[in-house]
Amino acid sequence: MNIIVSIKQVPDTTQVRIDPETNTLIREGVESIINPFDTYAIEEAVRLKEKHGGKAVVITMGPPQAEAVLKEAISMGCDEGYLISDRAFAGSDTLATGYTLAMAIKKIKDFDIILCGKQASDGDTAQVGPGIATQLDIPQVTYVKKIEEIKDSAATVERMTEEGFEIVKTSLPCLFTVVKEINEPRIPSLKGRMRAKKATIPTWKAIDLDVDEVRLGLTGSPTWVSKIFTPPARPRGEIFEGEPEDTATKLVDLLKDRLV
Amino acid sequence: MSIKVITDKCTGCSLCVKVCAFGAITMVDKKAIIDLDKCTLCGACVDVCKFSAIELKRDSSKTPNLEDYKGIWVFGEQKKGVIQSISYELLGKAQELAKKLDTEICCVVLGHNIKDNLQELIHRGADKVYVVDSPELENFLDEPYTNVLVNLLRKHRPEIFLCGATFMGRSLISRVAVKLHTGLTADCTGLDIDEKEKFLLQTRPAFGGNIMATILSKNHRPQMATVRHKVFKEAEIDTSRKGEIIEETVAKTLLKSRTKLLDIVEEVTATINIAEADIIVSGGRGLKGPENFEILEELAKVLGGAVGASRAAVDSDWIPYSHQVGQTGKTVCPKVYVACGISGQIQHLVGMQSSDIIIAINQDPSAPIFTVANYGIVGDLFKVVPLLTEKFRKALNK
Repeated sequence: MNIIVSIKQVPDTTQVRIDPETNTLIREGVESIINPFDTYAIEEAVRLKEKHGGKAVVITMGPPQAEAVLKEAISMGCDEGYLISDRAFAGSDTLATGYTLAMAIKKIKDFDIILCGKQASDGDTAQVGPGIATQLDIPQVTYVKKIEEIKDSAATVERMTEEGFEIVKTSLPCLFTVVKEINEPRIPSLKGRMRAKKATIPTWKAIDLDVDEVRLGLTGSPTWVSKIFTPPARPRGEIFEGEPEDTATKLVDLLKDRLV
Repeated sequence: MSIKVITDKCTGCSLCVKVCAFGAITMVDKKAIIDLDKCTLCGACVDVCKFSAIELKRDSSKTPNLEDYKGIWVFGEQKKGVIQSISYELLGKAQELAKKLDTEICCVVLGHNIKDNLQELIHRGADKVYVVDSPELENFLDEPYTNVLVNLLRKHRPEIFLCGATFMGRSLISRVAVKLHTGLTADCTGLDIDEKEKFLLQTRPAFGGNIMATILSKNHRPQMATVRHKVFKEAEIDTSRKGEIIEETVAKTLLKSRTKLLDIVEEVTATINIAEADIIVSGGRGLKGPENFEILEELAKVLGGAVGASRAAVDSDWIPYSHQVGQTGKTVCPKVYVACGISGQIQHLVGMQSSDIIIAINQDPSAPIFTVANYGIVGDLFKVVPLLTEKFRKALNK
């Protein structure tokens, strides 16, 4: 059973603050981390490998420093990592990103399952996972909360929905995007950290992949960001202090007409 | 762009003839011939050919013949034959956009035995409803739904296609956009038309809601976007509105699926789905234990709302994950959000800060939740919440 995990390095959005004077993002000192949703994908890949044998390969597309998240994935138990990094990929939107990652996966070739987090915490699009599956022409199941069974080149999984979940059976190879409920990611062991430190991570550039150049980076991206602005700050609200009886009465009086 | 048949590879299977919506392919001596006057370079034949016998070359990534794309399409999401409210919300926005573009609105619905439920889509603003009715489409499956939509969009070429940012929508539309090789913007909270160039202006939050970005697909059609629940108002019903229901049929090969739905399980705890609720009463660490969620349920019942929770409460196993609001849970934007005993860490705030009215109840006056609250009560939630329940019950006559 060979598994590929596609992950992303993101700024730690919990550290992103707004400068109250200029109303812009303060990026200084903001750490880069593995997209929190991807840690569940990494953990699931390692568990599948431990149960069914085979190997877990981790990939990411990003700047050279994104190597750090591949090392972290290796410290959690992935066997090898590839960094897909080239100036030619800069400015990629979800379409170009899905295409580039799919071409990297074609180069790795041998896989049964591709795992992704349900979305990245910086862009929140949830489009790259399905994008990879479509470019590779393989099926997908999104929002997977449990892999029930893998047998005879097929997998049965539980997929989260608004009302509960669906039980879906798919042929393999297949791509799954996973949600937090699927597992609890492990803390890397000391041995794992040592292995990650020693691991060499090959970098693949555009020329290493069998890609059509017009589909890469900015040129290959249909969407353009035309404007970025900070949302209007919420005006300071009314805060009541004092006896619960009084504060509750005040609030109910203010709101009752708006709730009818 | 150019298209050609690699004659050596063509086996004469005729699949391409069946999927071509423009009648541009014919078989001559068991080889496909493409009539370039009829061909729109949509790529449907390339996708379906099992022998890679048709080659489509793009010299740039642009959609050819942009000006031929007209009209606004809305995906009519149905579950068990019931059109979901998100589709009516999209129709409400589509009416505004259609006015600015002076164009028509079409709704597309896939399912089985659904033809009787479609009149309401017309009453809510659709000029045409395209329906594909087939047993294979009864429940959502990524592949047949994608193939059918791609087929219809290639045939009718709308300039805009909108879909709900639901579990179904986000999964499906990502595939559709890739197949159509066009731009897609997820989770839009604002949609408008550029006055001069007539582009669709797609505004969405990024960086966990800390910034907003307006996104355009200048050179690609359709311009596609998903929209979250409750961002736009449902279109009003006007029973005097007239429209057309058009049944479309598609080639059987498009209905094949490598995934199979074995069962649908509805979880009782999620009686009101928080993504759809108008009012949410949420609890966090301040509740101190699972049993205390009862007092929130009481208030939620009186207000007609759902119960949500912070990550801290879910991680302590006080309430199931389906109730979690925030970055690793659900993003909600109800009319009223009542945060009880939630300190308001940024991960929580990004999941609820676009609610219309936020009410915070917390003992700590310096809790960050008060910075986003319209109304706050500093006090003991175990005293304040039951009082609110009682007083709202009286005030609302329940």
